[in-house]
Amino acid sequence: MANVVFKDISFRYGSHVILDHFSLEIKSGEILCLVGPSGCGKTTLARCLLGLNRPETGEIYVGDTCIFSASRRINVPVERRNIGIVFQDYAVWPHLTVKENVAYPLKKRRVPKAEIADRVEKALAMVNMTEYTNHLPSQLSGGQQQRVAIARALVGDGDIMVMDEPITNLDAKLREQMLDEIREIQRKSGTTVLYITHDQQSALQLCDRMAIMEPDGSVCQIGTDEDIILRPANRFTFEFIGVSNFIPVKNENGKLALAAKEREFPWDGVLPAEMKMALPSGLSVGVRPNDIVFDPDSPLRVTVRRSVFLGSEYDYFVDFGGMELRIQQNTLDSSKYGVIKEGSETGIRLLNYRFYPAKKEVSS
Amino acid sequence: MDQIILKNVTKRFTTKTLGDIVAVDNFNLSVHEGECFSFLGPSGCGKSTTLRMIAGFEDLSEGEIDLCGRPVSVKAENLYVPPEDRGLGMVFQSFAVWPHMNVFENVAFPLRIQKLNRTDIEQRVKEAMAHTNLTGLEKAYPSDLSGGQQQRIALARAIVTRPKVMLLDEPLSNLDPKLRESMRFEIKELQRKFNFTIIFVTHDQSEAMAISDRMMVCDMGKIMQIDTPENLYNRPNSRFVHSFLGESTFLNVIVKDGGVYAEGDLTHPLGIGIPKDADEAMIVATRPNSVELAGADGSGYLTHIEKRIFLTDRTEYLVPVGNQTVKIQTPHRVSFSEGDACSVRFISPMWYPREDDAAEKERQRRLLI
Amino acid sequence: MKRFRQNRDLAAVDGVHFGMGGILTGLCFILLLIVVVIPVVSIIYNAFFYQGHFDPTLFTEQLTDPGNLAAMWNTVKIAFWVTLLGTIVGTFYAWLLGRSDIPAKGLMRALFNIPYMFPPFLGAMAWDLLLNGRSGYLNKFLMSVFHLSSAPVNINSLGGIVFVELSYYFPFVFMQVVSALERMDPTLEECARIAGANQLTVIRKITLPLVVPAISAGALLILITSLAHFGVPSILGFSQGIYTLPTKIYAVISRTGGSFEGIRSGAALSIMLVIVVAVALMIQKKVLSSGSYDIIKGKSMRPTLIKLRGAKLPLLFLCVATLFLIVIVPLVMIFLVSLVKAYGLPLTPENFTLKNYSRIFAASGTIDSIRNSLFVSITAGILCMFMGTLIAYVVQKIRPRGKGVLEILSVLPYSLPGTVLAIGVILAWSGNILGISLYNTIWIILVAYLARYLSFSMKSSSAALLQVHPSLEEAARTCGASHMQSLTDITLPLIRPAMVSGFFLIFLPAMREVTTSILLYGPYTRTLGVQIYSLRDAGMIPQAAALGSVAIVIIIICNTIVTQATKDRKGV
Repeated sequence: MANVVFKDISFRYGSHVILDHFSLEIKSGEILCLVGPSGCGKTTLARCLLGLNRPETGEIYVGDTCIFSASRRINVPVERRNIGIVFQDYAVWPHLTVKENVAYPLKKRRVPKAEIADRVEKALAMVNMTEYTNHLPSQLSGGQQQRVAIARALVGDGDIMVMDEPITNLDAKLREQMLDEIREIQRKSGTTVLYITHDQQSALQLCDRMAIMEPDGSVCQIGTDEDIILRPANRFTFEFIGVSNFIPVKNENGKLALAAKEREFPWDGVLPAEMKMALPSGLSVGVRPNDIVFDPDSPLRVTVRRSVFLGSEYDYFVDFGGMELRIQQNTLDSSKYGVIKEGSETGIRLLNYRFYPAKKEVSS
Repeated sequence: MDQIILKNVTKRFTTKTLGDIVAVDNFNLSVHEGECFSFLGPSGCGKSTTLRMIAGFEDLSEGEIDLCGRPVSVKAENLYVPPEDRGLGMVFQSFAVWPHMNVFENVAFPLRIQKLNRTDIEQRVKEAMAHTNLTGLEKAYPSDLSGGQQQRIALARAIVTRPKVMLLDEPLSNLDPKLRESMRFEIKELQRKFNFTIIFVTHDQSEAMAISDRMMVCDMGKIMQIDTPENLYNRPNSRFVHSFLGESTFLNVIVKDGGVYAEGDLTHPLGIGIPKDADEAMIVATRPNSVELAGADGSGYLTHIEKRIFLTDRTEYLVPVGNQTVKIQTPHRVSFSEGDACSVRFISPMWYPREDDAAEKERQRRLLI
Repeated sequence: MKRFRQNRDLAAVDGVHFGMGGILTGLCFILLLIVVVIPVVSIIYNAFFYQGHFDPTLFTEQLTDPGNLAAMWNTVKIAFWVTLLGTIVGTFYAWLLGRSDIPAKGLMRALFNIPYMFPPFLGAMAWDLLLNGRSGYLNKFLMSVFHLSSAPVNINSLGGIVFVELSYYFPFVFMQVVSALERMDPTLEECARIAGANQLTVIRKITLPLVVPAISAGALLILITSLAHFGVPSILGFSQGIYTLPTKIYAVISRTGGSFEGIRSGAALSIMLVIVVAVALMIQKKVLSSGSYDIIKGKSMRPTLIKLRGAKLPLLFLCVATLFLIVIVPLVMIFLVSLVKAYGLPLTPENFTLKNYSRIFAASGTIDSIRNSLFVSITAGILCMFMGTLIAYVVQKIRPRGKGVLEILSVLPYSLPGTVLAIGVILAWSGNILGISLYNTIWIILVAYLARYLSFSMKSSSAALLQVHPSLEEAARTCGASHMQSLTDITLPLIRPAMVSGFFLIFLPAMREVTTSILLYGPYTRTLGVQIYSLRDAGMIPQAAALGSVAIVIIIICNTIVTQATKDRKGV
C-alpha cells in the first residue's frame, strides 16, 4: 500500500503546455478517477507516473520513495518503477498465451519459477480467467483480453496501478460488468488505482474519489461522487457532469429576474448570502433538465418546440424568451400531469438551481 | 394510404455451419404514407434483411412486397423489380458516399442518371444541399469531411430525387452521441419538408423511440409487436419487448388472498391491482422511474435504501423487496442516504406469466452471443 | 504527432536507449551506403567522367547512336503495350473473379497467380519452341497442314515479346485489383443502384473509378518490370536483331568480353534506361495524381455477386482458354522438349528420352548453378530480411532525423532496372573502391541481390511494425523490460511472420533471376537462370528445357513450403 504524490509537475509538447505546475495526491488504497475532456492532459500525467514521459519540473513520490525529481535529477527508469498499467487497447501481447502474458513481469524481475506459477495462478483467479490459461489473446473477447491485462498489471504486486480508459473499447453491457469487476478486484488486492477516463458516468460508478480536470490541465474539484454531484465546485464541473441549462440572472436590489435573450422574467429564486456580492461579470443560474418542472401558473413562460419520447422520460426543447432550454419530464410525472404538446405555451419552475458567474457565451 | 406492404414475407438462408436459417419468418406489415416506421431488434433479428428485401437487394423465399401500390417483389410470379427502378432513397450506416466524386457530384449522380439538363441538376442539387446544411461544400471531397457531414451528403443524395419512400439503415450508428441526437432532428425536419415515408432500421431503442411514429420490434426472425413508441414502452405484450425497450426490473410475485406479495415476503402486500387471469406465481415488470420512492411515512411497501449510485443525470437506488432487489431512479434532488427507511409504490406495472422464464433465458443467452 | 514524441520521450528517460537508437540509425546509413549509394554513384560517375575528368562524349555518343535509339524506342513500345494490355486484361479478370458469379473461383484465382511465380524467360523459351519464325513446332505443323510457304505466326517480333511479357505480368494488376474489389464496401455500389443506375453504369461510374488506385499501382509494377526486363526480349529478339535497352546493354558488354570500356558504355546506356524509367514514373504520377482514398470499411461484408446469366458459359470458356494459353501450354512445352532426343525432332513418344536430365546432372555446371542459386537466394533472403527489418524499425519506431532519406534510399533500387544495378555493382566492386574486387565471385551477385530486393523486406516489415501499437512495447517496459528486451521479447516475435514472408518474397524471385546475374556471373558463379540461358544460347535446347523443368519443380516445392510455413502463425 502506498500513496502517490505529484508535486508541481509541468510538461509540454513543443510549445504546447499540457501540465502547468500540477499537484495531486492519490491516497493509499483508493481508486482515484481522473476525469476530464479529451486533451486535458490526464493521459500525460499517467505517462509521467509510469516514466514514459519526462516532466520538466516537479517531483513524483510513491510512498516515501521519490521516483522522479527534476531538481534532484532523479528519474527511475520505466522498467524499475513497478507500476501496473492497463491500456485502452489492452496491449496484451498477441504472440504469448494468457499465462505467458501474465508471467512476463515476473520473469523480467527474476522471480523464481515455482513462485511465478503460483502468482500467475492467483492473479488469473482474481480476474476469473483460470480456464483460459493457455489461450492466445486472439481467441479471447475484448473483455477477456482486458482481464488478462489487469491480471498482468496486478501480478507484479506493485502498489500502484494505472488504468487508462480501460473499458472504452468494450460495448455498453460489458462496460458495466467490467466496472463492477474492477471495483471487486481492487477491493481484494488493495492496490492504489489511478483511473483515467473522459466518461463521467463510469467514473461516478467506480471511484472512491474523483478529480475533475479542466481543459487547461488544472484540477477544479476533488471529492467523492456525492461531493461532485450534489456540490459541484464551479460551472465547469456542473456542465461537465451531465446536461445543463444556463440562464443569465439580473440582480436589482435583491430582486431577481431571469434575463433571457429577448425578454426578462421576474423570478422568485433565492440568492445565497455568499453570492449577494454582485460579481462584475454578472450571474447565471444553472439547472439540470430534470430539475425544471412544468407549472401552467408560473410566470416563467415557455413555448414547447419539440417533445421527444425517450421511454424513461420525455425530452422537451422549449423556447424561453428566445433561449432554448432542455427539460426532462420522467414518465411518472408525465403520466400524472400529462404530456405537453408541441407548440403549446405553459409555465415552468426551476428546482435545485445553482448560481455561477456568468460566462461570455462562446459558440462551440 | 398504405405505402409499403409486406405480405407473408419469408427469407431463408442456407449456411455452411448452421444449416437452414429462417432469417425473416412470415412478416406481415403495412407502413402508412408519411409515416416514420422503425424496425427495431437485436442483431440477427431480421430487420436488415427485411430492409434489403424492400430495397431489392435480396430476393424473397416467400411472399410479396408492394411499394406505392405497385408489386415490386412477388415470389409466386417470380417478379422482381431491380433496386434502381423502385424509386427509393436510401442511406447506409457506412455513409457510402463515393470518395472519387466531390460533394456536388455525389449529390448530382442520381439526377445525371435520370439525364436531367444541367440547370435543373444545379438547381436541385443546390436545394438538396441547402436542406442538409452542406451549402459551400460543393467542391469538397468526402475524405476531407467529418462523419456527420458525410452522412449529410448521403441524405442530400437520397432526397435529391424526391423519393416517396426513404430507407435508412442504421444511419446514425457511426456518429458520436451528440451528433446522433441532432441528426435525428434533421432527418425529421427533412421528412416534414419533403413528406416522404421513412423506414428506419436500428438496434438502438432510444433512437427508435425518439424518431418513430410506429415501430416494429422483432427478434430471431419474428415480429414481436408493432405499435407506437408510447404503447410499446408502456404496454409491451411480452417480457422480451419489455426488457428490450428501456431498463426493466422483473419481480417474482405470488398472488394470494387478493393480495400481491413479492417472493420472500408473504406478509406485506405490494399494494398493486391484480389482473383477472393472474395465476398464483407471476412476474411483475416495472421500470426504474415508474416506481415512486417516498419517505418511511409513505403509503407504499416499506423497505430501506440498500445502495445509492450517482449517475450523471439522476440518482439510482437499489431497494430490497422481498428477497429481490428493485432499481429506482430519481432526479438528484430526491435525496436518500444508504440505510434510510423508505416506501415504494409501483405505478402501473405489467404482468407476465412465469413460464416465460426459460424462453427468456434462452433469448438473453442468444443476445450475448 | 503524439506518437512521434512518445518514443523520443522514452529515449530521453534513460540515456542508454538514445544511444541504441543512434547506433541502429548509423548502421542503417552505413549499410545503405554500401549497398545502394556507392553503386548508383559509380554509374553516374563512370558515365560522365573519364579518368577523373568530366567527359560527356561517351554519353552523347551512346545517346546519338541509332542502334541505341532504336533499342530505347523498342523498350518504350514494348513497355507501353504490355502495361496497357496487362492492365486491361488484369482488371477484366479481377472483376470477373472478384465480383461475378463465375464458377470455380478459388481454383481459377490460384491458377491466375501461377504466371507470377513462373520465370518469364522459360515462357519465352516455350513460345519460341512453338512459334519460332523458322522452326517452331506449331508453325511447322500449321505450315504442313495448310500448305503455307511461310510461318503464320512469328513470335520473334515486337508483338511476340509483348504477348509473352503480357502473359506473365498481368497478374500484377490482377492481384491488386482482386483484393481491392474484395475489400470494397459493397454499399458504395448498392447506393448507386438505389440512385437509379443499372448494373453496367455502376461498374463504369463507381466500381472502376474506385479501384483506380489499385489498378495504377499494378500498372506501375508492370511498367517498371517490363522496362527493365531482360529475359523475354533477349530470347525472342536477339535472333531477329530486336534489341531493348537491357538486352543492348548485355550485348555491348558481352561483345567486349566484359572489358572496362564495354562496361562504361553499358553505364552510359544505363543512364538512358534510368531516364526512360524516370520519365515513365513522372508521367504515371501526373496522370494519376487524383490521390488515393479509403474505400475499405472496417465492417466486413460479403460483396454482392453479379449474376452473369447468359454470359456465364462464354466467359468461363474465355477464362479456361486464357489459363490454358498462359499456364498449361508453356509448361507442357518445356516439359515435352526436355524429353526429346534432339531439338527439331517431332514430339512423338519414340523420340523421347530421359538422357537430357541425366546429362545436365552429370555436368558440374548444373549442380554448381543450382548450388549457387540456392546459396545467393537464401543468403540474400536472410540478410535482406534482417536489414529490411532494421531499417523499417529505425524508420517507423526510432524516427531519427533523416528517416526520409533512409526510406528513399532503401526503395530506390526498386525502381532501378536490374541491369542498371548490375553495372553499378560491377563498377563499384571491381577494385575501384578500397581495392575491393568481387568481380567474378559469387559475392558480387549477392551484393546486387541485396540492393535489388532490400525494399521487399523493408516494406513487408514496415507494414507489420505499423501494426505493432506503441502500447505493446510500453506495457513491456512497465513490466520491467529494458528497451532492448522489449524489442526482442515483444516486437520481433510479433513481426516474425512478416519477416519470414519478406524472406520468401526475396528468395523466390532470386531463385529464377536472370536480368542481373547475366551481367555478373563468372566462370564458376553461374546461377540457375544463367545456366538455363547459356545452355539455350549454346543450342542445347532440350537440355535447357530439362533444367527449366527442374527449376519449375524447385520453385513449386519452395512455394508450397512458403504457404505452409506462413499459414497459422501468431502475430500481426
